[in-house]
Amino acid sequence: MSIWLDKNSKVIVQGITGREGLFHTGRMLAYGTNIVGGVTPGKGGTKIESGQPVFNTVKDAVDATGATHTIIFVPPPFAADALYEAYDAGITLAVCITEGIPAHDMLKVVATTQPMRIIGPNCPGLVSPGRSLVGIMPGHVFAPGRVGMISRSGTLTYEIVDGLTKAGLGQSTCVGIGGDPIIGTTFVDCLREFANDPETDAVVVCGEIGGSDEEDAAAFITDHLPNKPVVAFIGGRSAPKGKRLGHAGAIISGNFGTPESKLAAFAAAGVPVAERPSEIPRLVEERRAARV
Amino acid sequence: MKLMEHQGKELFRRVGIPTPRGVHAASVANVTAFIESNPGSWVLKSQVMMGGRGKAGGIKFADDAKAGEAEARGLIGKVLKNAQNPDGEEVKSLLIEEKVAIASEAYVSIAIDRAAKKPVVIVTAQGGMDVEEVAAHDPDAISKYWIDPAIGFQPFEARRLAFAAKLPAGFHKAFPKVLDGLYALFLDYGAQLVEINPLVLTQSGDVIASDAKVELDDNALYKHPELQAWRSDGPADEDQAAAVAIGLGMSNYAKLDGTIGVIANGAGLGMGTMDAIRTAGGSAANFLDIGGGAQAELVKKSYQLVTSDPKVKAMFINIFGGITRGDQVAHGIVQALQGGDVREVPLVVRLTGTNEKEGRAILAAAGMHPVETMDEGARRAVELAGR
Repeated sequence: MSIWLDKNSKVIVQGITGREGLFHTGRMLAYGTNIVGGVTPGKGGTKIESGQPVFNTVKDAVDATGATHTIIFVPPPFAADALYEAYDAGITLAVCITEGIPAHDMLKVVATTQPMRIIGPNCPGLVSPGRSLVGIMPGHVFAPGRVGMISRSGTLTYEIVDGLTKAGLGQSTCVGIGGDPIIGTTFVDCLREFANDPETDAVVVCGEIGGSDEEDAAAFITDHLPNKPVVAFIGGRSAPKGKRLGHAGAIISGNFGTPESKLAAFAAAGVPVAERPSEIPRLVEERRAARV
Repeated sequence: MKLMEHQGKELFRRVGIPTPRGVHAASVANVTAFIESNPGSWVLKSQVMMGGRGKAGGIKFADDAKAGEAEARGLIGKVLKNAQNPDGEEVKSLLIEEKVAIASEAYVSIAIDRAAKKPVVIVTAQGGMDVEEVAAHDPDAISKYWIDPAIGFQPFEARRLAFAAKLPAGFHKAFPKVLDGLYALFLDYGAQLVEINPLVLTQSGDVIASDAKVELDDNALYKHPELQAWRSDGPADEDQAAAVAIGLGMSNYAKLDGTIGVIANGAGLGMGTMDAIRTAGGSAANFLDIGGGAQAELVKKSYQLVTSDPKVKAMFINIFGGITRGDQVAHGIVQALQGGDVREVPLVVRLTGTNEKEGRAILAAAGMHPVETMDEGARRAVELAGR
């Protein structure tokens, strides 16, 4: 099993005829994702080249296809509306790729659209290797297996996953939770699922400076994942205070969001933190061996 | 975007939060003219982004135009410095405000609590001090309340906070109105932080915002195009301006103190590359994320931007191709080096992922030999920068 996504999950693409939406729809289809259609207002009734139908509204798409999952590629001013529309149509999981959504828009969306699960925004998406990919990740770096992976970053995830795959450690599910201050799904939400997933027997948490998601994750691991090995990495440990590095959420303000605080939290939870991404496969193997 | 005090107060007035009578002045003549036609006791407040401006000598008093002229002459153009801001910040303008007789000072702010995913209101009766210090020494003096974004601010929340924080009775009548205005500003302008420190109870019983700290979410600025003119040209935004000028996202470039220039694709890999350089014993001169799907031209411009920093003694370009294609990046590197308008520094390239073979071939044809891993690249760059 994987979390939140399997081969049969029916996926629609909001913004399917846009440049990014169309490009990634092609890549997802090539990976094997069950994309059943897409939405672009005004283009309902047409089809994209590979044959998937385009609808005017999410409701039309859900009614016609039975889709449960959506991936959103609409510009920032329209992204909150797209999430509300997905929620209204009964979608259960929405991956929001859009970068640059106002934090206040997301505050209101996450407060009002439960129980729809939102991954992101400003994230690379979700992949269950060998089964389905709902996101913009390069599929070729992943391999099916038993390691769960959660990350606030995109390319750093690929770097780490590439290392895992080359070391023979395939992945059960990989979730890119996104680099924004307000996100729908946190490390803790992912860990809760992995804790109950019989096909995930180790988890890699790739965090970064800023916020307190890593500290929360460490506390959760102590309480709820006593028997699943977890290995962590923290990006931006050499970053100075007050500089925002790419992600809106990656900033150390005052004594908040520092690597020291995150390292201490993981140490208290007995979670080894890799100095370099290249150390992660070895740490995962060691932890797994220690638990046997 | 962080706002200057006078800008924050303009927004305060728009939402009905009382502020002291005053004027924003960018020249000595304006200060003198204002005090001449408005006799009284005035405070001259330097308009800078840095904290601790009072201790740095950035706040002066004047009881007449002559004194005002002398103080303004001393402040405008002065570089304020303190321990937190050793480089200092130049005073470009002043806020002239009426001096008020203070009976009591409180603190109130609204910020986004990332973990709770809600706005958090923070109130303490110990205004006029650094709130983090109050929190450290007397945590019980701080009251917090999390607003449900679906419901919005309600007056009872202000009453509850005023009692919990033991604000003096003189604040009580005005406080819900102040907080209502503050939440309206927070919401309508997409603020990350709105702070009044101190919120003053005057001896005549008025409640006014004596200072204003407002940080707006850059992603929400499109909702208020009229505020674009406020985009600061201060030191905090130099990196952003440089990034935008070459077509990068605003926060995709940040200058740092080290000697190794960094270009990576993706924020996480950018940070990871900086860390790898430090682990290898060096330090990064910058953070630069060329983003997903970067084209050759952007790679070239990024290369020029990074090497324009004279501190840069070596370059490390670290690309993990997902959406970004290795051949595009390789073209950009070759173009940047052939352009002749870049400073030549030793270069280390790591190129893997999508179209890696094509990219490596392009680099090889230009006489370059990419390294295999991030660790190896970092080590090599540190070695080259040390020569």
